[in-house]
Amino acid sequence: MPMTMTQKILAAHCGEESVRAGQLISADLDVVLGNDITTPVAINEFEKAGFTRVYDNTRINIVLDHFVPNKDIKSAQQSKQCREFADKYDILNFFDVGQMGVEHALLPEQGIVTAGDCIIGADSHTCTYGALGAFSTGVGSTDMAAGMASGKAWFKVPAAIKVELVGALQKPVCGKDVILHLIGRIGVSGALYKSLEFTGPGVASLTMEDRLCICNMAIEAGAKNGIFPVDAVCEAYLGGRSRRVWKKYEADPDAGYERTVTIDLSALAPTVSYPHLPENTHPAADGSGIRIDQVVIGSCTNGRIEDMQAAYEILNGRHIAKGVRAIIIPATMAVYKECILRGYTTAFIDAGCIVSTPTCGPCLGGYMGILAEGERCVSTTNRNFVGRMGHVNSEIYLASPATAAASALTGHITDPREV
Amino acid sequence: MQARGTVFKYGDNVDTDVIIPARYLNTQSAKELAAHCMEDIDRSFISRVQAGDIIVGGENFGCGSSREHAPLAIKAAGVSCVIAKSFARIFYRNAINIGLPILECPAAGAAIENGHTVAVDFDTGAITDETTGAAFTAAPFPPFIQNIIQKGGLLASLKG
Repeated sequence: MPMTMTQKILAAHCGEESVRAGQLISADLDVVLGNDITTPVAINEFEKAGFTRVYDNTRINIVLDHFVPNKDIKSAQQSKQCREFADKYDILNFFDVGQMGVEHALLPEQGIVTAGDCIIGADSHTCTYGALGAFSTGVGSTDMAAGMASGKAWFKVPAAIKVELVGALQKPVCGKDVILHLIGRIGVSGALYKSLEFTGPGVASLTMEDRLCICNMAIEAGAKNGIFPVDAVCEAYLGGRSRRVWKKYEADPDAGYERTVTIDLSALAPTVSYPHLPENTHPAADGSGIRIDQVVIGSCTNGRIEDMQAAYEILNGRHIAKGVRAIIIPATMAVYKECILRGYTTAFIDAGCIVSTPTCGPCLGGYMGILAEGERCVSTTNRNFVGRMGHVNSEIYLASPATAAASALTGHITDPREV
Repeated sequence: MQARGTVFKYGDNVDTDVIIPARYLNTQSAKELAAHCMEDIDRSFISRVQAGDIIVGGENFGCGSSREHAPLAIKAAGVSCVIAKSFARIFYRNAINIGLPILECPAAGAAIENGHTVAVDFDTGAITDETTGAAFTAAPFPPFIQNIIQKGGLLASLKG
């Protein structure tokens, strides 16, 4: 029976010749991930159930990224609990302050996740790693606990939507504009329980940063996973980086898809999702009447070096508008250091921005950059739900790094091609 | 197993940020989480909810973050079950894994109104709106998932 790329990876991980959509399987896990919010709940469940060993200490990853450096005593207690667990079970990939990064930027960068993997993470944006040709999906803490103990997770094999990409992006349009456009077209539940399989001649023109960003927000369309084929661009990224031998899976030419959505990349414009759902998309060029108070550039969606470069190209030698606070957060220590080496950090500070060490902080309204009543933020993060970044009457506008930087310069939502 | 209670009705895309805002995720205490349950969508929820009450939602209930704190907060607030037209997939897994009963039923999600009294029979999937007399049937769980529920959650099913 013909299979999608996702189905082939799942079949290989449950020892079946083939699987079909709807089938319930128990799959072997290559990587299990948690963060400083979800891991403590998983540890409690793990210990409550009486487990005394993890299935493989080299395959479990704990990244302290949401509330670190710790914002308060309670979050410090949670980090401490993670630290003690990692020590007790000799968790190889435990990332504390100094080594940590925003998890979904860090794991690909460090070569911990690779093509052909089957991955669960107790964080919804674990779907990011589909960019590397892996099956990767977000789960909760109890699933993480079960994964740590058994190395397995249950899945319902998903049906798929094919996203056919044609043409090539015209800079400064980027991966963020692609995924916002797609969510605008299919809606926040448009891919519920399904895979989003990206394919077509347009794939080759996308950088790894574009692909990681696109897969990162597959969850915002309700998808179980997003996935890209493993091509020369992907293999060049994995080469010298992947810590394990990778495996390349391809969808069968006659695989069944529930529907096909075609996107002409060359026709896309800078796109902004207005409050309070990512599907509420508008052209950035139409937003000039919307005054803003804050800009955030960073996160697991857009905190990679190419994102920093896009912001730098707009902010270098200029100054942000009066009354705007701009927070720039390189997503990993390597990106942070590279920003310093390339002179981006100096340019950002001279432009009136602040530059933070890696954290998820403002994206989820955790700390740093919390919005007051009535305030508006253009953010390169992934969710603009009610109250996500602060007061229930604050507003988040999701956009690319280029659009966010351009908006910081003018003080209102701005198409980056206009500055 | 059965449940009966007053309905708190919400719309489509109830996300985990409004179920339990991230500013409270520095605790794992279900009781502390419950004190802020639904705070950003319905400030009076926690003062009005009674043990056994039922949440009814629209499409894509529980979308967003993977935080298991969301179903934990709902359960600890005393809610006996959540009925929705559809659930976001991580919330669906989490609810099953922690033992919060959920029922997917588009017709019930559409017809049942705020404040109605609803009775649910989890064995048959029967949902009765006692205020209007309307009856609905939720799709049963596949046997694989029923087994997890019967064993008392995912970890118990793994051990047993």
